[in-house]
Amino acid sequence: MEHPVVIETRDLSKIYGVGDTRVAAVDGISIRIERGEFIAVMGPSGSGKSTLMYILGCLATPSSGKYFLDGEDASDMNRRELAFIRSRKIGFIFQSYNLLARTTALRNVTLPLLYNRSLRADAKTSETRGRELLEQVGLGDRLHHQPHELSGGQQQRVAIARSLINDPVMIIADEPTGNLDSHSGEEVMRILQDLHRKGVTIVMVTHNPRIAAEATRAIHLSDGRVADIVRNELHEGH
Amino acid sequence: MNPIEILRISWEAIGRNKVRSILTMLGIIIGVAAVIIMVAISAGTEATIQENITGLGSNLIFVSSNFSRGGPPGMMTASSSGGLVFDDATAIAEEVDGVSAVVVEQSSSQTVKAGKTSLEGVSIQGTTPGFPAVRDMEMATGRYFNDEEVDRKTKVAVLGSTLAEELFGAANPVGQVIGVGSIKLTVIGVLAEKGTVGEIDYDSRLYTPITVVFEKFTDSMFARIRGDAVRMVYVKVSDTETIDSIILQIKLLLAKRHKTTLDDLDVTITTQQDVITAQGSTTSAFRSLLGWVAGVSLLVGGIGIMNIMLVSVTERTREIGIRQAVGATPSDILLQFMTEALLLSVVGGILGMLAGFGGSWIFSQASAMRTVVSPASILLAFGSAAVVGVFFGFYPASKAAQLEPIEALRYE
Repeated sequence: MEHPVVIETRDLSKIYGVGDTRVAAVDGISIRIERGEFIAVMGPSGSGKSTLMYILGCLATPSSGKYFLDGEDASDMNRRELAFIRSRKIGFIFQSYNLLARTTALRNVTLPLLYNRSLRADAKTSETRGRELLEQVGLGDRLHHQPHELSGGQQQRVAIARSLINDPVMIIADEPTGNLDSHSGEEVMRILQDLHRKGVTIVMVTHNPRIAAEATRAIHLSDGRVADIVRNELHEGH
Repeated sequence: MNPIEILRISWEAIGRNKVRSILTMLGIIIGVAAVIIMVAISAGTEATIQENITGLGSNLIFVSSNFSRGGPPGMMTASSSGGLVFDDATAIAEEVDGVSAVVVEQSSSQTVKAGKTSLEGVSIQGTTPGFPAVRDMEMATGRYFNDEEVDRKTKVAVLGSTLAEELFGAANPVGQVIGVGSIKLTVIGVLAEKGTVGEIDYDSRLYTPITVVFEKFTDSMFARIRGDAVRMVYVKVSDTETIDSIILQIKLLLAKRHKTTLDDLDVTITTQQDVITAQGSTTSAFRSLLGWVAGVSLLVGGIGIMNIMLVSVTERTREIGIRQAVGATPSDILLQFMTEALLLSVVGGILGMLAGFGGSWIFSQASAMRTVVSPASILLAFGSAAVVGVFFGFYPASKAAQLEPIEALRYE
């Protein structure tokens, strides 16, 4: 059963510190993201976009408010439950790729299957699936290369393949082109666009307006609040 | 998570820092090897001693004089003086049931000469013809003396194997005449090699009829008053089950003959079993010392493992963050690091075991000492290595499991 709304937050807040040092990194955010959307979360540093991304990515829980991911209430989950929901529903792409060093591209891609309790993939299925995904991102000939043998763009493409292996309901990308030259950056964006066209929901955090322009909607944050939501007409046709 | 995958990941992580991993294992390797080698040596020694003791005659009761109690015999009346006499042995043989053989022994120390060779302080054992049978000794050449020679005080000698070699080298000593103290004895036989048992070297002694010792090598003044003193009476029983009752009968008999009570008896009675038990208690003391040594080295090894695992957790914070982001639960992480610590200690245990086998073998080759590698010591050493791994691996592993994914991902 597919839920049309992938993300729904109600008055989401995250407060760090106590007393005088209390800081609300996220301060009452209520947003809805539907299946198939390509969202850019924008804002200057300190605007709370990283904190929001951690909460949406189930790496942290909010101090108050509600967060529903694919119809599941993730607001009060413990660490174990958060790990489970990350495993089933979320794929991550990080600015610094975050691949395991001295581990082949293929093993990096299949890593999430190791911890996936619902797919229960055996070694052979994992490998076939990892191979397919690496071919999809154009790295069919780099299966057994280790991260240090790959360029930044290639590493990020391995990370994209990894984010897809669990069939997530949403991909969270944190500055996916931040460490890349413009050529590799474009290639990564092209792959993300491709995924978007295939119906994958993407939430991308960026401070680069040119990159943000490729999303269907851009949510602008400022001081932990939603300052503006811009619908990008250019992409409505897709 | 698949256990084979966990093992593979842990094995790769250990393999990435080979030198460090081996250095970490060193404590465990040394600990385990030490346990196996030392237990092997003590077990080997114990087995050798036990075999020698039982080899020297089973079902034996040793009755020996209590020198501390008797005092100078000449100063006392015959009835109250201590010590065994030859007639006591005869009485035991005749009056106690279930005794299959009685042998007496009285020793002296004399200079022995054969041709130009002269040996000082040779132990001269005056015995009776039953001695080789009771002590399970065999003749190499010639024969032992018989009852007739004992009765007639014939001047004959039987040599221990070492003594024979020292006196005559490769030549056959049988028929040769040797000087013992002030008299001359004819060699009639040489005993087969027996070995050293309980600090007595049976092969370096000279055996002669006890009557010869009484007449030539002991002060006959006292003998006239109270009979010929003997140092030791060996009583061989026909059935070990009855050994306790035979000991009691001997005690009662000797108390009557020495006109004293059981409590004041001037002889000490021990059995083969007592000797083995005493030997066992020394080895068990030795073993508990070894246990402490092993315990300390395993403890040190365990602390080494904990230390390296803590370093490893810090170094791999980023990796832990990545694994958590893609769905690893805290217990997945805990399990992985526990497996790594366990693998370190178990591999260390296996290497230590091999080192232990090798060391035991080298030791037995180099020192001619026997070593026995017992399965129990392997199990013990290996088991404690594994326990050490679990115990000292838990703290670093739980530290890894408690890392916050966000902080772990940000870690540089």
